[in-house]
Amino acid sequence: MKLPVHTSPYGVLPNNVTRVMGEVLLALVPGIIALVYYFGWGVLINISIAVTTALAAEAGVLHLRHRPVRPALSDLSATVTAVLLAIALPPLTPWWMTMLGVLFAIVMVKHLYGGLGYNPFNPAMAAYVLLLVSFPVAMTQWLPPEMLNAHPLSFAQTLTAIFGGGLPDHLTWDTITSATPLDAMREQLKMNKTISEIAQNPMWGNFGARGWEWVGNWFLIGGLFLLWRKVITWHIPFAMIAGLLLASGLFWLFDPESMPFPGFHLFSGGMILGAFFIATDPVTASTTPKGRIIYGFLIGVTVFIIRTWGGYPDAVAFAVLLMNMAAPTIDYYTQPRVFGARDKDNA
Amino acid sequence: MITQNPGSWDFHGGIHRPDCKSMSAGKFLGKVPLPETLVLPLQQHIGAMAEPVVKVGEQVFKGQTIARVSEYIGAPIHAPTSGTIAAIEEHPVPHPSGLSAPCILLQVDGKDEWGELPEPLPYFDDMDPSLLRERIRWAGIVGLGGAAFPTSVKVNHGPDRPIQTLVINGAECEPYITCDDLLMREQADRVVEGIKVLLYVVDAEECLIGIEDNKPEAIAAMRKAVAESGLKDVQVIQVPTRYPMGGEKQLIKVLTGKEVPSNGIPSEIGVICINVATAAAVTDAVMAGRPLLSRLVTVTGEGVNSSGNLEVPFGVYMSHVIAHAGGYSDKAYKLILGGPMMGFTLGDDQLPVTKGSNCLLAASREEAPAPDKAHPCIRCGKCMDACPAQLLPQQLYWYARARDFDKTQEYHLFDCIECGCCSWVCPSHIPLVQYYRFAKTETWALEKEKRQAEDARRRHEARVERLERLERERKARLRQKKDALEKKTAANGANPRKAAVEAAMKRVAEKKARQSEAEKSSGESS
Ligand code: SF4
Ligand code: SF4
Repeated sequence: MKLPVHTSPYGVLPNNVTRVMGEVLLALVPGIIALVYYFGWGVLINISIAVTTALAAEAGVLHLRHRPVRPALSDLSATVTAVLLAIALPPLTPWWMTMLGVLFAIVMVKHLYGGLGYNPFNPAMAAYVLLLVSFPVAMTQWLPPEMLNAHPLSFAQTLTAIFGGGLPDHLTWDTITSATPLDAMREQLKMNKTISEIAQNPMWGNFGARGWEWVGNWFLIGGLFLLWRKVITWHIPFAMIAGLLLASGLFWLFDPESMPFPGFHLFSGGMILGAFFIATDPVTASTTPKGRIIYGFLIGVTVFIIRTWGGYPDAVAFAVLLMNMAAPTIDYYTQPRVFGARDKDNA
Repeated sequence: MITQNPGSWDFHGGIHRPDCKSMSAGKFLGKVPLPETLVLPLQQHIGAMAEPVVKVGEQVFKGQTIARVSEYIGAPIHAPTSGTIAAIEEHPVPHPSGLSAPCILLQVDGKDEWGELPEPLPYFDDMDPSLLRERIRWAGIVGLGGAAFPTSVKVNHGPDRPIQTLVINGAECEPYITCDDLLMREQADRVVEGIKVLLYVVDAEECLIGIEDNKPEAIAAMRKAVAESGLKDVQVIQVPTRYPMGGEKQLIKVLTGKEVPSNGIPSEIGVICINVATAAAVTDAVMAGRPLLSRLVTVTGEGVNSSGNLEVPFGVYMSHVIAHAGGYSDKAYKLILGGPMMGFTLGDDQLPVTKGSNCLLAASREEAPAPDKAHPCIRCGKCMDACPAQLLPQQLYWYARARDFDKTQEYHLFDCIECGCCSWVCPSHIPLVQYYRFAKTETWALEKEKRQAEDARRRHEARVERLERLERERKARLRQKKDALEKKTAANGANPRKAAVEAAMKRVAEKKARQSEAEKSSGESS
């Protein structure tokens, strides 16, 4: 009698990559719905362009690398990258820009380093930064949130804007787009306005920018879902938020008129999305428990530094990429104590 | 000092998976009848292989030692029944490698006739513990939880390591396996009797018996037996069901709060850990003078018709055991020796049950499907969260794959207990443990090579050294000879005889000269 020989453990393994990535996508849904509600159909169109491009690019590259295509596509990792990039882009980003970003993320950042698991940089964030430095104007042309938007575009109008670059006759780009709240805050602080003056602007809501704060809340719900499902651990998001609040809080205490309130930092940009969905990308983050805390905390502090003194209004992408570089070193110095480690091993 | 709040500690990581024990729990299917031939591997334990002390054709009796050990770490083998030695040869044995190893083949005569046995030692507590250790060693007892480490070595902790706690392992944390459970339910007295002996042998202050809370009947039976024995300082502790609770280091941690040092053994922290079935075997050896001849084996899985536990004499083919559990069902797909977490698949069932065989799991395709293709590691850290040894399995994997065996050691490869938790939780379905086993084997091979190279180098150096020494000695001898010669020559120059001769010759010459002068002068004068 000949029996099959396999290695232990035996059984139906409880977990798989597709499930993990699928749960990440699921967790993004509330935030995405909120984005669509506040910023229009462009968000969904961007996502569709990005996902289609990502799947095609992934299949193409795997084919060229003579790797099996189907398992890699079904692991949903390319889809996650595409969605994360798409929701970071302004709602009316030209279609080719989105495609370019996704191609860069999948082909250069992911596959040139060896594919899933081997890329040192977060592909979505690397692509975002590439687009930001290449097309600074287009990348900062956001739409105002729904309640402040005097000229909401219909689905067809949005399609035309994204694919043809054209707007309805009575509108110009300048009339329909506005700076992001972070950008606006920055510009006005530069003009030596005080925070109380700036806060008069209708764009500020209860604890962050109007519209944005609610998007942040919905992403937070998704993030908590990921925590509950144990897809991520608390270390990175909490440390990152703590880093940002601590740094911004300290400066705000000393100078509340020229330093925005910490809550503003938390709820006006990509912070919540970044903390729960981007910095937690396991491939490029630190992997030890202590390391994750350090990694997250440093991202939070870096975000504050770049937002306050750097050249770009939002900084989550830059901060994440910077810490991606530091992750291997952080891991090396934060190895957990081995069971039964003797004192000399601990030293 | 008696441990405070035993069982209140915790170990890091571990996993929960359905325990699948109900199929076989509490079911005893009897003793497997003897087949015609028994195959007894000479290596059924950790340590040195036993050496046969019988010849082919020799008649042996039940309980007779048929192979002994001369090394310290090892265990003898006894004839599980009477019969004739049919052969001593290589035979396939249950091993992950699927290779053959030396075995004694015993032709069973069916009489089951006992040979001469040593005296029972019911008053063991008057005896020198070393005699009891000797008895345990004679009985060929090894760890019956699956590890098969010689018990006589374990209980010989040495005078410089006093033992505070004897931990009795009844956790049985591997899914499916229920043989220890059955033993505790039905033969708790026998286990407790063994504990009494062991407590005396290792001179421990207390005994903690750890049993997972999914075995309430076993816990109750053991508590009752302990109470009736009148033993003080023996406690049955209910521990949570979480794999690998029954890992020696994990159970000790949970019961006593102490951590066995990395690369160390429990006696270093005053603990000795013995499995319940091993304790029962000690009872037989000491109280009845009987060696270890059989064990309880769980036969289970959807691949057998009736799951349960059987008492199996060593050397019986697994196929024979399965046949006595109603045979394979239609669903049988693979045969696993041990549990689903740490066991290994057998390519064949014509293999003997040995001392370490605790479970035969005939799994269906649904229970143990063929492994999926592995995805790349996404560094999610799930493995790290599950690792009871608190390692970084993802880093170990990375370096094992890169064959960087210095780095795997830096990441404490040898603290890995191969429990399989990391593989279990890995979303990428990477067979992580396989990489660690590979890395360990390679490291051993490299070290052996290094040792051999080192030996060769030393041998070479010794040879060069020897040649040089010989050369030096030869030269020295030559020099000595020459010196001696030279000395002789020099000494010859100062030889009194020669000097005397020379002086005499000189005197003769002078005399001659004077004579001739005198003759001349006389001639002149005359
Ligand atoms: S669980 Fe698997 S995929 Fe996740 S870090 Fe560990 S080895 Fe990598
Ligand atoms: S097999 Fe080794 S590395 Fe994996 S969880 Fe167990 S001890 Fe940790």
